[in-house]
Amino acid sequence: MSGEEFVPLSLTPLLIGTFAAIACALPGNFLVLRKQALIGDAISHVVLPGIVVAFLLTGAISTWPMMLGAAGAAVVAVVMIEAIRRLGQIEPGAAMGVVFTTMFAGGVLLLEQTDTSTVHLDVEHALYGNLESLIWLDATGWQSLLDVQALAGLPPELPRIALTMVGVILFTWLFWRPLKISTFDEGFARTIGIRTGVLGMALVITAAIAAVAAFDAVGSIIVIAMFICPPAAARMMTNRLETQIAWSVIFATVSAVFGYVLAGYGPLWLGGEDAVSAAGMIATISGLMLALTAVFGPCRTRSGAPSHA
Amino acid sequence: MLWEALSLQLGYNATLVAIGATLLGVSAGVTGTFLFLRKRALVSDAISHATLPGVCLAFMALVAFGGDGRNLIGLLAGSAVSAWVGLLCMNWLTRHTRLAEDAAIGAVLSVFFGFGIVLLTVIQTMGVGRQAGLEGFLLGSTAGMLWADAMVIAIGGAATLVLVMIIRRPMTMVAFDPEYAAARGLPVHRIDLAMMGLVMAVTVVGLKIVGLILIVALLIIPAVTARFWTDRSDRVVLLAGLAGGLAGYLGAGLSASAPNLPTGPIIVLVSFGFFALSLLFAPVRGVLAAVLRHLRFQRRVHIRQGLLALAQGQKIYEPLTIRLLRRAGVVRADGVATDEGKARAAKALRDEKRWEIVRSDLAHEATAALYDGLRDIETVLTLDQIAEIDRRIGGPQEITP
Repeated sequence: MSGEEFVPLSLTPLLIGTFAAIACALPGNFLVLRKQALIGDAISHVVLPGIVVAFLLTGAISTWPMMLGAAGAAVVAVVMIEAIRRLGQIEPGAAMGVVFTTMFAGGVLLLEQTDTSTVHLDVEHALYGNLESLIWLDATGWQSLLDVQALAGLPPELPRIALTMVGVILFTWLFWRPLKISTFDEGFARTIGIRTGVLGMALVITAAIAAVAAFDAVGSIIVIAMFICPPAAARMMTNRLETQIAWSVIFATVSAVFGYVLAGYGPLWLGGEDAVSAAGMIATISGLMLALTAVFGPCRTRSGAPSHA
Repeated sequence: MLWEALSLQLGYNATLVAIGATLLGVSAGVTGTFLFLRKRALVSDAISHATLPGVCLAFMALVAFGGDGRNLIGLLAGSAVSAWVGLLCMNWLTRHTRLAEDAAIGAVLSVFFGFGIVLLTVIQTMGVGRQAGLEGFLLGSTAGMLWADAMVIAIGGAATLVLVMIIRRPMTMVAFDPEYAAARGLPVHRIDLAMMGLVMAVTVVGLKIVGLILIVALLIIPAVTARFWTDRSDRVVLLAGLAGGLAGYLGAGLSASAPNLPTGPIIVLVSFGFFALSLLFAPVRGVLAAVLRHLRFQRRVHIRQGLLALAQGQKIYEPLTIRLLRRAGVVRADGVATDEGKARAAKALRDEKRWEIVRSDLAHEATAALYDGLRDIETVLTLDQIAEIDRRIGGPQEITP
């Protein structure tokens, strides 16, 4: 494939998909280990009412209000889950189920009640995003990467998700030791003076930021899949957290690239004419990798479990 | 308009939807209760999302064989198969790998749903032109519901209900104490699978009305709501069925009464309304009850401490204590104890002294453990025992000024 075709049409979606996958997979490692994996699921559901409310308030599809709305909705959801869990003494899973379904239903209702026929805002878009449409029209080939004028025409999602990824990496790197200790032994972490409550909240907020930024670019399916599948697959490969994170980044990258390519060109190879959903395909590929590692991974069983269980 | 909808006079379609939604609500509430008691509420999320690829594959198969792609029974059968596959994947992941259940739920949910989306886009490019119905399964679409569809939902809902009634006892036992159930010889794993099978049945039946994303709400919210009102599992099941059915009925009525009110979300929101009311106003576990309990406790502590202070002639500074004592008629406005107040204060001090004896006497060890500074000593000791303690305290002693 030549640069003239690849750079404008496929390079940016590929990069955005990869960055989003890595930004979600990194906090996902800790969420999976802390048995909070479904936070990502909850967040990606409550983002919908957030962006609808932001749209109602501003009357336009603009990025920052929507991001703020989504982030606000995520915070509201976390607070509501905690409140219901404590006030009603309900187990966290059920509290989560009550909150995110209700907020999603509220979002759908608001969406139906408002006239959004003139703008591109619907539930399907929120679910599977439009990765394919994030093309770089100003590019003419590889040389455009050095062309300032063409670079200005990059889809705004790319720098945003890149920034988010850098932020997530920084968070993981800066708080590496406390995160690692409090994930594996919360009691010990508290005795050596780590404020586990604050740290846990910070992790959830980081995950929420990653989810909201990724959601904006690629829809909520990738978000849920990338929070869970690459870390879970990486967990089958190793017993060391450092190695696990490296594996999860590899798995996230491979599923983003491979999924995008397969969605774009797979049907052509099979004789079809049109591409299929890239977001869905990326999620599918990550699931296949999880299946492979679950069957063949060297560390797939629980420690202490009989090997032929 | 709303009244007409609720009394089923708003036309054929609205009536069908209302009846279907009510039945669905009842069976979802009843089934969801066991899921909630087993602490596996979010498993339903994975099951419901896993229906999507089945729906798409069934559609493709139906079209490929020249049938009508929108045949509801065919689509529901397909969704049941893929939900079952998803369920088995999830069970396998939790039993045979090191993944915890939540990760397995998330993995199955996202992967199956993602694959379903891929299939949806494939269908869109197949050029069949009638695929519009499939998006309806995401959020439910009740417009244009057919008599046959309503029958499928009604029969499915009723069948689920009957099945739940048949296996409710083993399910209850497994939900409360799986080890005990296993020791009694019950096949715990198979009962769990049966429970999930019922959840799957409810999900499949509910696809048409509330859609696969929101069916989770119908399974979880009524059960959580019912749990506030009672501690007996059979009553939780009944109440959850009631709450679910009522939410389905009211939601369907509401959505029929005005334009742009999608049925599924409205049912979920009505259901949440019941939940919020229960959270606030339920008798024992509700927030209001807890606040009242706290206030009552606070009042007892303040009055008790105030009486002790009065008896020992100490000045009371705490405004709340003074206010409570005055309202109880124990002190006058200037802070001097009334006759009744003096009597109660003396009694409080003497009780405290009695407790002191009880707590220092090893023979009363069990009783002493009940001491919390508030409990009336008459409620834990007999009159004879108290008389014995009073004898040890002795009568009033002369004081030298």
